[in-house]
Amino acid sequence: MNNEKKATRQSYGEALAQLGKENKKIVVLDADLSTATKTNIFAKEFPNRFFDIGIAEQDMISTAAGFATCGKIPYASTFAVFAAGRAYDQIRNSVAYPNLNVKICATHSGVTVGEDGATHQMIEDISLMRTLPNMKVMSVSDDVQTKWAVKEISKIDGPVYLRLSRLATPVLYDENKKFEIGKAVQIGEGTDCTIFATGITVAESLKAKEELKKQGINIRVVDIHTIKPIDEEIIIKCAKETKRLISVEDHNIIGGLGSAIAEVLTSKYPCKLERMGIKDVFGKSGKAEELMEYFEIDYKSIVKTILNNN
Amino acid sequence: MKITDINQLKTISKEIRRSILKQVYSANSGHLGGSLSIADILTVLYFNEMNVDEKNPKWENRDRLVLSKGHCSPALYATLAEKGYFSKEDLKTFRNINSNLQGHPDMNKVPGVEMTTGSLGQGLSVANGMAIVGKLDNKSYRVYCIVGDGEIEEGQIWEAAMSSNKYKLDNLCVIIDNNNLQIDGSIEEVKNSYPINEKFKSFGFEVVTIDGNNIEEIIKGLEKAKNTKGKPTAIIAKTVKGKGISFMENQVDWHGKAPNEEQYNIALQELN
Repeated sequence: MNNEKKATRQSYGEALAQLGKENKKIVVLDADLSTATKTNIFAKEFPNRFFDIGIAEQDMISTAAGFATCGKIPYASTFAVFAAGRAYDQIRNSVAYPNLNVKICATHSGVTVGEDGATHQMIEDISLMRTLPNMKVMSVSDDVQTKWAVKEISKIDGPVYLRLSRLATPVLYDENKKFEIGKAVQIGEGTDCTIFATGITVAESLKAKEELKKQGINIRVVDIHTIKPIDEEIIIKCAKETKRLISVEDHNIIGGLGSAIAEVLTSKYPCKLERMGIKDVFGKSGKAEELMEYFEIDYKSIVKTILNNN
Repeated sequence: MKITDINQLKTISKEIRRSILKQVYSANSGHLGGSLSIADILTVLYFNEMNVDEKNPKWENRDRLVLSKGHCSPALYATLAEKGYFSKEDLKTFRNINSNLQGHPDMNKVPGVEMTTGSLGQGLSVANGMAIVGKLDNKSYRVYCIVGDGEIEEGQIWEAAMSSNKYKLDNLCVIIDNNNLQIDGSIEEVKNSYPINEKFKSFGFEVVTIDGNNIEEIIKGLEKAKNTKGKPTAIIAKTVKGKGISFMENQVDWHGKAPNEEQYNIALQELN
């Protein structure tokens, strides 16, 4: 981890513009939020391949489906709440069911959207998207991983939901780090506890790991960038090797990362999992950092949880 | 090969109507009324108008049809089978557990089906996407989209209409099957989307109103659409729900039910 901070939406915008240079099939759609989703970087470079569909997310998703039927690789972006929420039926019936090659890249996920408040804080998108057959679900944690994912998903022929964040967070990985879709990244070998994290909570978990180390507690962090298909192997491995299992996510504790892990554990290696996340309540306005503390998904809350019941 | 002889096209549309009836009767479910109202439109599209190759359904330069009112799958299946995309024998399996002919069309299961549809309101956006690619890649293909007059109560249709206009999609023609009936009653009673022509006009479309059960008028309407440059065309096709079977015509309760044996036999006789 270095001191540089960058939001995954920014990394997304940059990676997309780069991908546009390499692959002429890439087209990008947005719904009047290109300055916030950062698709404006692509738009500036490739105006002919950028389509601002206006404040019409349902139209945007179905139009992307139409592009895909003609061999294009559309990346459709808006805030997570308007993609997975507003256009759910379009994603279900015009993208997932026909298994079309549409990449839904949703920024501003979770309560870390901040000041905009509950209407804009999407805490149920992982749940909604992973329940769709054919859909792959990814949630990336830093600049390096995001740039890898943006390119990697262009190689998959089928729908992908990529979850991105508004808040600038630390760059966690070396730029040469290798990732693989469906394979989580284990950071550390500690056996006192495993923290399964995704997206914005990976950095918080790593901070917690450092704090706990000072107190002689050695934990490991597993960065689950692919929530579907989930890495069953690493979940079972960590369940066997560590004393406690905790999941932490900027998402409702119902249906998200914790639920996905629990599904693996119940059928393959039954044991206790403590789920940290938004506790089935809507978000609220505030600074992202304050909200992480308030909803107990920040590193302090993780440390507290581990110390309290250790 | 394009058929220009009107009588021949009429014969084909009659055969398509018989196939629609047989499918719904054998499945004992399905949507007859709206399928019968678009039988003539589909006949003209597939046998007179569209550049398609049933032997090469994925031909890159083919014209494309999105049946946005996907519940009228019996009409699409009947037309595609008549055209030779697949065997007419398959029509007997409509809605069966092992059939490719799903209740609503599945593009991955049926050759010639361009888009999976069923949830109303989405097809025009998809057609826009196809038409934009045509423009982007300098292809000469055209895109057709059939929507129901009830379907245009979905807000997404109007989101899409704004996009058709924005991107000046003169390679796109939307056909509104205006049979004036939807499940809960007449168009006026349920939500009243009239005047449909003025709505599309104000959204930037060239608007043509035709008798959608008249082969010659359908041909003329599509010709006008093809000659319109710089903007999309909307054809308001005035049709009769249940067209061709006397006791089903303009009867809202024939939207989505199958005939019994006696009704089936009478209907089949009327279509001979």
